[in-house]
Amino acid sequence: MTRRPANTVNVACVLPGSAHPRLTVCVAAVSALLFLLPPLAATAEFRFSMPEFSTDYEHEPMFLPPAALTPPRLDITLLAALLGFTAYVVLRRRSRRWVLTLSFVALAYFGFYRQGCVCSVGSLQNVLNAYVGTGEILPLVVAVFFLLPLIAALYFGRVFCASVCPLGAAQEICAVHPVQVPKPVDAALGMLAYAYLGIAVMGIVMDCGFLICRYDPFVGFFRRGGSFNMLLAGGIILTTGIFIARPYCRYFCPYGVLLRWISIFSRYHAAITPGECVQCRLCEEACPYNAIIPPEPGAAPESRHAGAMRLGKLLAVSPLVVLCAAGIGWSAHPTLSRMHPTVRLAERIAAEEAGRVPDTTIETDAFREGDQTAASLYAEARALDARFKYAGAALGVFLGLAVCARLFRLSVLRHARDYTIDKGACLSCARCFKYCPVEAPEKP
Amino acid sequence: MSEKKNTGRRAFMRAAAAAALGGGVWLAATPSSGAWVWQIDPRKCTQCGQCATHCVLNPSAVKCVHATRICGYCDLCSGYLQPNAPALDTGAENELCPTAAIKRSFVEDPYFAYSIDETLCVGCGKCVKGCAQFGNGSLYLQIKRDLCVNCNECSIARDCPSHAIERIPLSRAYILKYDDDSKGTE
Repeated sequence: MTRRPANTVNVACVLPGSAHPRLTVCVAAVSALLFLLPPLAATAEFRFSMPEFSTDYEHEPMFLPPAALTPPRLDITLLAALLGFTAYVVLRRRSRRWVLTLSFVALAYFGFYRQGCVCSVGSLQNVLNAYVGTGEILPLVVAVFFLLPLIAALYFGRVFCASVCPLGAAQEICAVHPVQVPKPVDAALGMLAYAYLGIAVMGIVMDCGFLICRYDPFVGFFRRGGSFNMLLAGGIILTTGIFIARPYCRYFCPYGVLLRWISIFSRYHAAITPGECVQCRLCEEACPYNAIIPPEPGAAPESRHAGAMRLGKLLAVSPLVVLCAAGIGWSAHPTLSRMHPTVRLAERIAAEEAGRVPDTTIETDAFREGDQTAASLYAEARALDARFKYAGAALGVFLGLAVCARLFRLSVLRHARDYTIDKGACLSCARCFKYCPVEAPEKP
Repeated sequence: MSEKKNTGRRAFMRAAAAAALGGGVWLAATPSSGAWVWQIDPRKCTQCGQCATHCVLNPSAVKCVHATRICGYCDLCSGYLQPNAPALDTGAENELCPTAAIKRSFVEDPYFAYSIDETLCVGCGKCVKGCAQFGNGSLYLQIKRDLCVNCNECSIARDCPSHAIERIPLSRAYILKYDDDSKGTE
C-alpha cells in the first residue's frame, strides 16, 4: 500500500472541520497517524485500525458473483454444425434461401447473443500471439475457431464466409441491391485486405494489441454500444454494402485472405452449374463478388513469344517492386512505431517536458505516478522504433509479394471455355445457382 | 489410371495440409487452460476513470467492490464525502459518488458501514481514489465476471494508462486487494 504524505496535508485544509467536535478528533487522529508516527506508519498495514464493534455487527460480505460464461462446447458445436450444414446446403441443396437462413442463425447467435466474441476473424491474432507475440495462452476454443473454417475451406471452399461468420452474415443480409464492381477496381481494393492482414500481424509481433478486434466495425452493433467512430464506420460499411456487397469481407477481412488462399485448393467447391455448362451467359451478371470467370471469347491465343516476353518483364520487375515496398516500409518506421503505446507515451512525455503541450494526459499522469524514469522510457521507445524498421520492411516485402502475385495471376491467359468459379474469391453465397438453367443430371 | 493416381495424391496432400495446420495450431494451444477472464490488479490501478467510459458495455462491467474486512468504518469517509462538502451528511451535494451508489448506514457510535449499490455504480473510481488517498483503500475497482462479456481484447485494458488490467485464468479470479477478502466470498 503506497502512502502519500504530501496528500495528507490537504486533509486539514479541505475538510470543513472545526465546527464538528467528532470531526476535529478524526482530523487529529489522521494527523497523528500520518505525521507523528511516520516510522510506525511504514510497518502498519492500514491508516485506520478495524473497529471492534460493541454490538454484534458482522462485516457485510463482498459481492463477487461467479462468471456468466457460455460453455465453450456450445460455441464449438454450433460452429461445426453451421459449417457442416452450410457445406451441405451449398453443395447439395444449392439453396440460397437456406444460406440466408443460416446467416440469420449465425448473426443471432455469434453476433447478437455472443456479442461478437469469440470469432474466427479475431482468433488469427490469438494464434499468432501464442507463437510469436507475448506468448499469451491460446485457449482451445479459440484454436478451434481458427482451425475449423480453414479446414472446411480446404474441402468445401469458403463456406464459413457464406453463412457462419457473423460479420459476413450482417453484410450479406444488407446486400439487397448488389452491383458489380469493375474488375480492376475490385482487384486493387482487394489488396487492402493484404495490407490489413500484414499490419495486424505486425501489430501482434510488435505487441501493439489486437488491431482486428479494435477496428471491428460491426461489434458495436452486436453489443449495442461502442465508440462513435467505429459505429459510424460500421454504418457506412453496411450502407455501402447495399450496393457493393460485403465490402468488409472483400476489401478488409484479414482472415478472408487466409481463407482465399486455402479455398483455391478446395476439393469439393461449389460449381455454378450442376451439370454441363451450356454457355448461356445467364450467370454473367449473377455474382456481385466478381468470382465468376467468363470464358475467353474466341480470340486467337497470343504468340508464345509475346507471352514469354510478358513473363520475363514481370519476373524482372518483381524484385524491384518487392525492394521498393521494403524500402517504403523501412522508412515508414516513425509512423508505424506510433502504433505502439510506449512510443506514443514517450513522444507525449517528451513534448510535455519540452513544454510544447500545455497540459498532461491520463497516460502521462499515470506514468509519472509510476517508478519508471523518462530516460528509460525514451530508451525503450528508441529500441522499439529500431525494431519497427525491420517490421516495416517485412511488411513491405509481404505487400510487394502480394502485389506481384496478383500481377502474375492477372497476366495468365486462361483457356477456359465454360463459366467457372474463381475458388479464391467465391464466398459460396449461392446467388448464381438459380441463374443456371441446366438441370442437375439424374443420379444413376 | 494416371488421373486416378493424381486424385489420390491430391487427397493425400490436402489431408496432410489439414493435419499440419491443425497440429501446428494444436501445439500452440493449451487444451486444459479453460476460460480466461479480464481482471483489474487493484495494486496497479490509478483510478483514472477510464473504466467508466471505455468498456464496451454501458454502464461498464467495472464496479466498485468494498472489502469490508479492511474498512475503517470511518464516519468521515473520504470515499463517500466530497472533499469540500458543505455538510457531512447523506445529502446528494455532499456525496462524492456521482450516482449515489454508495449507501451509508449507521452501525454504532462512531462507526458507519458503507455498501455499493451495483445497479447504480458506473465504475468511475472517484470513491476509490478518495478511499486510497485518505482511508484504508478498502474500496477498489474490479471487473465483475457476471457482467463482463470477455472481449478478445478488453477495450479498457487497451487504454489503461497504468496497465492494471490483465487476462488471468478463471480459477485465479477475482484478484482481490487482500487475501483475507476472499474468505467466505465464493
